Amino acid sequence: MNERRQKAYPRLTHPLVRDTRDEEFRRASWDEALDRVARGLRRHRGAFGMLSCARATNEANYLAQKFARVVMGTNNVDSSDRRCHAPSVEGLAAAFGAGGGTSSYEEIERTDVVVLWGSNARVAHPVFFQHVLKGVQAGARLYVVDPRRTSTAEWAEGWLGLNVGTDIALAQAVGREIIQAGLVDETFVGRATSGFEEYRALVEPWTLSLAQKVTGVPAPAIRELAHAYGRAERAQLCWTLGVTEHRNGTDNVRALIDLALLTGQVGRAGAGLQPLCGRNNVQGAIDMGAVPHRLPGFQDVLDLDARLRCESAWGTALPPHHGLDLAEMFEEMETGGVRAVYCVGEDPARSSEGDGGQAVRRLKALDFLVVQDVFRTSTAELADVVLPAASGWAESEGTTTNSERRVQRVRKAVDPPGEARGDVDIIRDLAGRLGHVWAYADAEAVWNELRSVSPDHYGMTYRRLEEHDGLQWPCPSTRDLEPPYLHGRLWEADPARRGRRAPFGLVPHVPPTDLTDERFPIRLTTGRRLDSDNLLVPGGSSPSPSRRGECVELCPEDAERYGVVVGEKVQITSRRGSVVASVWIDTALRPGLAFTTLRVPDDEADADQQAPAARCPIAGTAEYKATAIRVDKLPLVTYVG
Amino acid sequence: MTVTSLGVPRRLLEFALDGEPVCVPEGTTLLDACRAFGKEIPALCQVGTLAPGGACRLCVVEVEGADALVASCCREAEPGMRVRSGSERVRHSRRTVLELLASSVDLSTTPQAMGWIEEYGARPDRFGPGAARSEEAPILDNGLVVRDPGKCLRCGNCVAACGGQGRHTFALAVSGRGAETRVGVEYDAPLTDSACVYCGDCLDVCPTGALSSRTEFDLRVAGTWDEPAQTATTTVCGHCGVGCRLTLHVQDNEIVKVTSPHDGPVTRGHLCIKGRFGHQYIQNRD
Repeated sequence: MNERRQKAYPRLTHPLVRDTRDEEFRRASWDEALDRVARGLRRHRGAFGMLSCARATNEANYLAQKFARVVMGTNNVDSSDRRCHAPSVEGLAAAFGAGGGTSSYEEIERTDVVVLWGSNARVAHPVFFQHVLKGVQAGARLYVVDPRRTSTAEWAEGWLGLNVGTDIALAQAVGREIIQAGLVDETFVGRATSGFEEYRALVEPWTLSLAQKVTGVPAPAIRELAHAYGRAERAQLCWTLGVTEHRNGTDNVRALIDLALLTGQVGRAGAGLQPLCGRNNVQGAIDMGAVPHRLPGFQDVLDLDARLRCESAWGTALPPHHGLDLAEMFEEMETGGVRAVYCVGEDPARSSEGDGGQAVRRLKALDFLVVQDVFRTSTAELADVVLPAASGWAESEGTTTNSERRVQRVRKAVDPPGEARGDVDIIRDLAGRLGHVWAYADAEAVWNELRSVSPDHYGMTYRRLEEHDGLQWPCPSTRDLEPPYLHGRLWEADPARRGRRAPFGLVPHVPPTDLTDERFPIRLTTGRRLDSDNLLVPGGSSPSPSRRGECVELCPEDAERYGVVVGEKVQITSRRGSVVASVWIDTALRPGLAFTTLRVPDDEADADQQAPAARCPIAGTAEYKATAIRVDKLPLVTYVG
Repeated sequence: MTVTSLGVPRRLLEFALDGEPVCVPEGTTLLDACRAFGKEIPALCQVGTLAPGGACRLCVVEVEGADALVASCCREAEPGMRVRSGSERVRHSRRTVLELLASSVDLSTTPQAMGWIEEYGARPDRFGPGAARSEEAPILDNGLVVRDPGKCLRCGNCVAACGGQGRHTFALAVSGRGAETRVGVEYDAPLTDSACVYCGDCLDVCPTGALSSRTEFDLRVAGTWDEPAQTATTTVCGHCGVGCRLTLHVQDNEIVKVTSPHDGPVTRGHLCIKGRFGHQYIQNRD
């Protein structure tokens, strides 16, 4: 079996330490390593940042944020969700007060219209797409909005191939058509939403013909989507990274939510909004409070009651203001505001926002860096102490939360290699060395503490999670079960029970920062392939017979124009730099649109370095989906021999 | 939905099973009814995630008034039916089916097959040595999925799971007729030149091990596949936000096989290439 395994990163098996960054690491005992970490962190109590991991369990994330807040006294804790899911969470929270998808996978099998917006689910989330297929077989009409005519789009009744970065224009044109055609659910809009008049005025300019001009989607196709969505008894609107990974990702999400508000396609069985996230526990990391502005259970740091509940459970005072997010922490490293970082399962040296070189430089400038990971990652190479961890899903006990808010039990199936230990144990022992003795016997004890501070998780005992194949939040009671969809309250006749109105998101269409022109005529967008993840598997991912290596994909017309063939190396140049990558030809693309995957482990091509540094002002997600590039044939000599 | 879906309320109906009156909900198959009342019925091609196909004919029972024996996996119970699950006619038929199957197909990796052959007194060798056996060697054209035509029953489960009842990839298809019937990909090409997405759902529904993972195949060849020593632990996949339930089959602290529970609300037994095969990376221990 061994020869089939990819070499890539080996597992970390022992703690590694060094006195200065120029030295090689040497193997150390756990005691020595943890003592060093405790010393390093104690020095920087006021200038500390915690990076938690969207792959770790809920319990590990809960302890990581507790470590930052209780032991280090700061809200500077963040996780890599910014990449893909934070805009969804922020958008949904702004509209409905709860940052999670509003429906369940199973509802997609019993709905009338499914819209997949910026989602190549057949490839990126294949098992989710099985539910979509069941819905399609049961008669649901599927619409796919994606610049590429993906294999997901092949299953759709309608494909809307919009220009990259024109999602808001398209959504608002759909909204205008719904209003013009009299398909607004006026009772729902009148009772459960606010800001409709402003929204109507905002979308008024987005006529079908203007939208066709801006988005590139033919007016009849926009009209058809608007009417299908507006007339459906039940409709599901699902989206993925195609919507969120823009610098205005949160605005994109708001623009989609507006469509559900217009037509009342939310808060009922079969009707809802379903973002899908890229990492296994992105939702959980946010729910557990491993973000700078939320306490566990999605409670705002500024909410006095929530803070009091946590303060009494943790026996400490909490800083009453938001902490620094990932990008802000990196900026603070520049000015000395952050001097020590505890990095659990993250690899910012490889994956951080903006360009990789800057992140590495900033990490190198830190006074103290401890990395706790499964692999010896690029960030671990910069660290003072490296702690070997158990993998979150096969070597630890705990829970994770998926895109439909379902908390499920994770169990230990294999022993971690060498002296590697579970995240929960490591963080607990470290807290002990810094004067906070936490007597958690196991992951369940951590979970039960979380249940006591998060009302939405209170009803989820390990026993019940087992019994019900996982439970979806909110689950406030240990006896009752909530409906599988959120926000049924919006349909209540009694205003008191209906609660806060859902505001329309009044967001402007802003074209991508990186415009195409004569010098950079091609739009490069990114996505994931079936057998690869967005930087998710640092250890070299699964062996796949269909993998063809990382490349830049062009449409046949562009390939002909540049005179390049499959496998040929070409130079890709953006306004920020250039790389060499090999060519693949894909008929899903159209002239002027190129595609590449984010994950580039072993080639020269690195999409991160190509992406512009702009990021979403609300959720902080970087712009990965829209880069203007030029493709140049290499001179003959460089690829012969 | 977390709550078990009860669906439309179903009436109970009464029929006679081996002379005893029994009550089952409308729509229950005879196979499920027999099993619910403790009757042991052998069945190969019946898998919970697929519509019953009635291909293997092992689960036949006798329905009074019907000319032929019926495949109990496909036939729903009806009020007043009289069903015999273990009559001599039924046992004789099962014995013959087992003899035909076991003489033409390698059942060495089929769970329970040897027990049934013994129980029914089947003599697969009575048609002469190697009667109708496929001489084809296992097809090792990729690193993940092994196809062994000598073990294939032609039940069509893999075709259904790859096609319209599951993945909708349609990489696998039945070709040929009669004794020439076989399962393959278009133009009999290697799997690597097919539409296959390596989800491995076909492995999950194959009753005989004609489709298996390369890991399992290699361990069996090496003689180190030790199913009784394996543990099965159900956890959650670590690859994306869908949250698929995975059952990790572990032998000597190595993950040797991955399946998914058929009744889970997220997967219903389906997985993708990453969930089913993407576990080696945590085992880079050397």
